[in-house]
Amino acid sequence: MEFLRAVFIDPFADMIAAPDFLLQVLWEGLVSGVLYALIALGFVLIFRSSRIFNFAQGIMVVFAALTLVGLHQMGLPAWFAFAGTLLVMFLLAVVIERVVLRPLVGQPDIMLFMATIGITLFLVGGGEIIFGGENKQMISDELGIPDASLEFNPFDGFLLIEARDITVVVGAALMVAALLVFLNRSKMGRAIRALGDDPQAALSVGISLTTIWVLVWFMAGIIALMTGIAWGSRAGVSFALEIIALKALPVLMLGGLESISGAIVGGIAIGVLEKLFEIYWGQPLMGGGTEGWFAYVLALTVLLFRPQGLFGEKIIERV
Amino acid sequence: MLYRTSGQFKTTYRSDQALFPIRQDAILLGLILIFAWAILPFTASEFAFQTLLIPVLIYALAATGLNILTGYAGQLSLGTGAFMGVGAYACYKMITIFPEMNLLVAVLASGLFSAAVGVMFGLPSLRIKGFYLAIATLAAQFFLIWLFEKWAWLYNYNASGAIQVPNVEIFGVHFAGPLATSQAQYYFVLVVVTLLTLVAINLTRGNLGRSWKAVRDMDIAAELIGINLLKAKLTAFAVSSYIVGVAGALFVFSWRGAAEPNLFDIELSFRVLFIAIIGGLGSILGNWLGAILIVALPVVLNTVPEVFGLDIKSATVEHINVMIVGALIVFFLIVEPHGLARLWALIREKLIHWPFPY
Repeated sequence: MEFLRAVFIDPFADMIAAPDFLLQVLWEGLVSGVLYALIALGFVLIFRSSRIFNFAQGIMVVFAALTLVGLHQMGLPAWFAFAGTLLVMFLLAVVIERVVLRPLVGQPDIMLFMATIGITLFLVGGGEIIFGGENKQMISDELGIPDASLEFNPFDGFLLIEARDITVVVGAALMVAALLVFLNRSKMGRAIRALGDDPQAALSVGISLTTIWVLVWFMAGIIALMTGIAWGSRAGVSFALEIIALKALPVLMLGGLESISGAIVGGIAIGVLEKLFEIYWGQPLMGGGTEGWFAYVLALTVLLFRPQGLFGEKIIERV
Repeated sequence: MLYRTSGQFKTTYRSDQALFPIRQDAILLGLILIFAWAILPFTASEFAFQTLLIPVLIYALAATGLNILTGYAGQLSLGTGAFMGVGAYACYKMITIFPEMNLLVAVLASGLFSAAVGVMFGLPSLRIKGFYLAIATLAAQFFLIWLFEKWAWLYNYNASGAIQVPNVEIFGVHFAGPLATSQAQYYFVLVVVTLLTLVAINLTRGNLGRSWKAVRDMDIAAELIGINLLKAKLTAFAVSSYIVGVAGALFVFSWRGAAEPNLFDIELSFRVLFIAIIGGLGSILGNWLGAILIVALPVVLNTVPEVFGLDIKSATVEHINVMIVGALIVFFLIVEPHGLARLWALIREKLIHWPFPY
């Protein structure tokens, strides 16, 4: 009885007793959820256009952020460093397409997945050699990200919101909107979706596989840079981000591999739920640290009932 | 010339299906076994035992376990490290609860625990496929590591949160713990690994192995020809986790001597996965070649610059090592998707015909 009460009643009683704290938890969850969603977005973009499950998206975030900071440390002004990083990400996309993806066209999905693991390792090793492994400060002030804390007093309580978190959420929303417009309205966007639907048919109407792949990987690189800036301004830039970036996998599974809106909803859902679980169930009952696995177990549970995720296309198998 | 197969006629199906259809294969393997059992233990240095021989054996065993699941049954797993951890902790608990227990029995029994956990996390594979399944194994990975950290009973409430291997002796010889010699540890690992490799080879050649391969190639078709998917997938998870668990127990008891939860984190899972990929998925031999490559590469990278008088920091060497492994994976996927094992098969083919082109 005691245990059931601790699981099913006490947490909710706590929530109602301190609604301002609940709001704070929800906001923190929302922000980290948006960051998960951003990483997942890079995955979805590449998966939709080429059926490649891009394991390297996490390390691309780290790599982009490190490049940005590194270029700035070399003396470039912040916005030039930003442009320089974009150039580096473009070159990376070209090299990956030319060296890794092109020779592997038409191989089974699992091969391409493993190739992206190879890319990951290469970037981890290369990044550590070039930039060093220590934690670095993101140049958020130089890029004009505000650094104030806003206080609110809902329910006669206290709610603290960092201005940079608001910037992150708004920025992410704008980027997603831009991405959706690009994919749905522009010619290139349609080409990307066509390639994802049916590569053979897309090729036969003259869509260039190589151009699109470079474009998509470059776009994933841009998203990675944005994510890197957002995350770096909260927690600094280090290779630890890579492990956190693995969280994008359950986000994808929850949302479905093909769906952009699924990635957003999945990311926010996982961000909020894992924070709630950690604060109200994990810390009092299990000794904390549940954020490490909650997302995976949640995704697993959802997958058991919907094997294609919440928003994924129904999996139809033919023999 | 050495590999000439002429004159070796098969008159029965049984001999055609034998473990070594070609005599030279058996001779070659015999030589390697003699080398491993009788020559290496007496000539190897302490350094070679600890950085090359024992790790190669253990990693090859772990990769064999993973290969059964991923290479033979086609179920991608990213949770190998955690299952190794289950084996290690199970072995530790058994040895500390029953100090009289024979280490060999304890190590072989610890696999049963990881097999049980593996089957539990394998259950979703009946409904979830491909990349989606990788999440189930990732859930195992992160959840189990968390459990190793939080469940104090597992590490006997040590203040450090780590497990320390006690001295274990069989018939008066120390095989594990601080008092054990490298030679004894090596022999112990060799016995277990030889035994389990033989079991793995025969399992994959047999009825069960064929049903795994059918499931890997297309599970719906396999079901249509009468293969019980439930049985095939769960046995693959059980056998794979068993071997991985035993490898984990050896990993701690015969090599590391102590372990804390993050030893079994996702990097270990990936290292074993790389061994399986580089060696060749769906091949037992490949695990050995892959393990030799992955274990020896950092050692070689550490010694080569010294020979040439270059001074490279050890951290840099480690990063270069990571880069090379990444490049190797991409290289093998492009040039030889079936890995090192396939390279050996090609060489063998050439040797059989040599010096004739066909």
